[in-house]
Amino acid sequence: MDIVSASFAAYLVAGLFFILALAGLARHESARLGNTFGIAGMAVALVATIALAIDEEPSGLGIGLMIGAIVVGALIGLQRAKVVEMTGMPELIALLHSFVGAAAVLVGWNAYLHAEHKGEDSHEVLRLEALDMLGIHSAEVFIGVFVGAVTLTGSIVAYLKLSAKMKSAPLMLPGKNFINLGSLALFVVLTVWFVIDPQLWLLIVVTILALALGWHLVASIGGGDMPVVVSMLNSYSGWAAAASGFLLENNLLIITGALVGSSGAFLSYVMCKAMNRSFISVIAGGFGIEAGPAEDKDYGEHREINAEGVAEMLSGANSVIITPGYGMAVAQAQYGVAQLTSKLREKGVEVRFGIHPVAGRLPGHMNVLLAEAKVPYDVVLEMDEINDDFADTDVVLVIGANDTVNPAASEDPSSPIAGMPVLTVWEAKNVVVFKRSMASGYAGVQNPLFFRENSAMLFGDAKDRVEDILRAL
Amino acid sequence: MIIGVIREQSPGETRVAATPATVTQLAKLGYEVVVETGAGELSSFSDQAYVDAGATIGDALAADIVLSVNNPLPAQLDQLRKGATLIGILNARTDEAAVADLTSRPITALSMDAVPRISRAQSMDVLSSMANIAGYRAVVEAAHVFGRFFTGQVTAAGKVPPANVLVAGAGVAGLAAIGAAGSLGAVVKATDPRPEVADQVKSLGGEYLAVESAEVEVSATGYAKEMSDDYNTRAAALYAQTVPNTDIVITTALIPGRPAPVLLTAEMVASMKPGSVIVDMAAGSGGNVEGSVAGEVVETANGVTIIGYTDLAGRLPAQASQLYGTNLVNLLKLMTPEKDGQLVLDFDDVIQRSITVVRDGESTWPAPPVQVSAAPAAAPAAAEAPVKEEKKPLSPAAKLGGVLAAGAALFLLVAVSPAVLQMQLVIFALAIVIGYYVITGVHHALHTPLMSVTNAISGIIVVGALLQVGHDGNVVTFLAAAAILLASINIFGGFAVTRRMLSMFTRS
Repeated sequence: MDIVSASFAAYLVAGLFFILALAGLARHESARLGNTFGIAGMAVALVATIALAIDEEPSGLGIGLMIGAIVVGALIGLQRAKVVEMTGMPELIALLHSFVGAAAVLVGWNAYLHAEHKGEDSHEVLRLEALDMLGIHSAEVFIGVFVGAVTLTGSIVAYLKLSAKMKSAPLMLPGKNFINLGSLALFVVLTVWFVIDPQLWLLIVVTILALALGWHLVASIGGGDMPVVVSMLNSYSGWAAAASGFLLENNLLIITGALVGSSGAFLSYVMCKAMNRSFISVIAGGFGIEAGPAEDKDYGEHREINAEGVAEMLSGANSVIITPGYGMAVAQAQYGVAQLTSKLREKGVEVRFGIHPVAGRLPGHMNVLLAEAKVPYDVVLEMDEINDDFADTDVVLVIGANDTVNPAASEDPSSPIAGMPVLTVWEAKNVVVFKRSMASGYAGVQNPLFFRENSAMLFGDAKDRVEDILRAL
Repeated sequence: MIIGVIREQSPGETRVAATPATVTQLAKLGYEVVVETGAGELSSFSDQAYVDAGATIGDALAADIVLSVNNPLPAQLDQLRKGATLIGILNARTDEAAVADLTSRPITALSMDAVPRISRAQSMDVLSSMANIAGYRAVVEAAHVFGRFFTGQVTAAGKVPPANVLVAGAGVAGLAAIGAAGSLGAVVKATDPRPEVADQVKSLGGEYLAVESAEVEVSATGYAKEMSDDYNTRAAALYAQTVPNTDIVITTALIPGRPAPVLLTAEMVASMKPGSVIVDMAAGSGGNVEGSVAGEVVETANGVTIIGYTDLAGRLPAQASQLYGTNLVNLLKLMTPEKDGQLVLDFDDVIQRSITVVRDGESTWPAPPVQVSAAPAAAPAAAEAPVKEEKKPLSPAAKLGGVLAAGAALFLLVAVSPAVLQMQLVIFALAIVIGYYVITGVHHALHTPLMSVTNAISGIIVVGALLQVGHDGNVVTFLAAAAILLASINIFGGFAVTRRMLSMFTRS
């Protein structure tokens, strides 16, 4: 057993640990164990790789930089993980995706500099030629750099949009589909060229092309579609890692990249179904394109209610469902909501939460926020589990959600969000909508729910209003 | 402006167009309210109660706006001022003589029963509010005549089976009847040509009996329409089969402007057990049941009681007045945009246009029809709407073909690949499949932790950079070190934040 075969074995073990990690995350009970499996797999892989790297006798500078980079990176990562607000999770995850993309670009560049760039009679080129792999190696460099660069800028734009450092409205360049398809076609042409004649400038051109494409892809997507974007970038980052695995002939990278890539793709698919969008058009980018509809329809009058009224309504209720949206996160109202929940439960009122799959800016975002505020997870249900129960519910509190509770999605075939599955809150006896004003939601669609006979509006900051209700109870 | 609330003169009418509670609301809109003496007597509202609510007692017919329940008698109409506005249930759709009479007068007349069935107008829909009461009362009337319990009981004196109730037509009245009968403990079944009401029936605890027919009604106006012969034959068969085992039948089938369809023939009635009760809520417009008499209770030769009351809503006068009064308040809210007591008739508003029979002495009846999207995805609306065409699901053959084609392409790709790449592709393909199946089981609530874990795991790209660092000169080394730094942030940050998140999930 030499160090190479030992590392090969370690990679297999690490790959299996990663599969166990993902499998463990399927249920609350085993999720923590799953995370531990992930850490164990990573530790095995890192130890094996560092041993392998040192065995190949790198320069002293190399060893120093390696250790330094790991330590600094670990410190930064742990620090960020410790201080991040749960409402800021989407931004953090988008940023982390961009790191994977950047690393993939760098690895791809290095692989080129290590082989093709050194000339036709270098050791590495001769080895690849013997395996009949030289052309494929060049193509892999290109693909790896391309996917990595798209992930890099795409994630940065997603991060900027999520942290409101950039306008969340979609960028509408003329002929944007043409730009996307043209970039892809250009990429294919450049790849063929690069395989025939691996020049450095071609690599530079494709890097810039991919960076621009990644930027454009995500910039043309509106802020409301961010849950899909983030899981899509998750998938891209996996493919970037897999591409590097092919490039470096490293099975662990291939396995892990494929796991992450397909899981991210599946998540995006779930999100797309939840928003009634086509999966293909999401992967291709620029799908949040529906323009705001002409809103001249008269929906009638909405009814207002005050916090005391809501408190009275709640204390007379037998069952209450709370449907939170991104607005709850913005107002940081989850703690008040959690307190309200426990108070009502003490009084014997059945309180449950209904979470739309795309509520928030990240898949499962609302669950994390409610968990942070100590709402027990067994009363937090997803849309399909709770939609049948609205008809038997006395009061529904809609906190900072809009499009996900819009009856137009199921009732108005001409609505831009027609066909999107929504929480059927309007079937309940009473609906109270917490809202800052009568403005429409992310999709720019007016919500007829507000004008229903059984709905009442509670205007103001969600956090303040929830506290008012708590006081009145 | 002054609103007058008249005392109803039609025989048997117990309702009144405003209650003390709605008078308060009318006053808030800026109106003065004059109530005719004794107007609320039959609904148990005394004159004093109106005065306490801010109204005055006086000559209601001289007011600017006159609220009534039914069409006033000609003698009353003669007393109306020139330019007055009359609002009531004028039956404009069916009563041509009344419309002609109203048109001959210099007044404006609004018929509350013509409110279109759009969601915005629900709060003014008097047909719904009255049907709701009537449906409830139909059950109460039936229970009164029915000689047994509704609910099943096991008592020391023996076992009592529950009553079987069949409700024909699950509109507002039908649903109210289903709810009332169900809460008395009966076993309730219901029929309706519109299959989409099945869920509503179930939600009230009833069982929906579907008529097996190719014809499915999708209503564009929100009301029922006449059905084809084929449907009627099948429906009749269903009734003939169900009715003999039913104790109480409540029929609610009405088609606006047409005689009510006959649902139960004399033979079906004869097949019922003695002591059974039928309430024909459509008796006023011809009846759903052969042998029913409008406004009366008849008993058939085999001891079945058929109740044909046409004033079911009026038998709960206080409740009916309150709901009707609220309907009127909601209409006046719509027509008093400034809340300044000035009535504005806006013909651009589809509700106001629909109910106007006469405007300042000119006939405006009938109003253009209003298309109501009560049915989900009505066919014509879907065709016009700029929605993307539904993708046809692939046929099994096409699916198989697609898979085979993809398989062949993959085969060619792998077959021409060098040996090293072949191995890698095998691993890649299997890992994708595993990834897909492992993730399908993940609970929605755990998507965020899942994402941060996959994020951390994809930091495995550090492996590539680790193997590159320290070789091929300083450029590669520095680039690789940068990659290690970024990937390390990912690994440590990702796992740590997942840990933090997962520790928050607690069970109650």
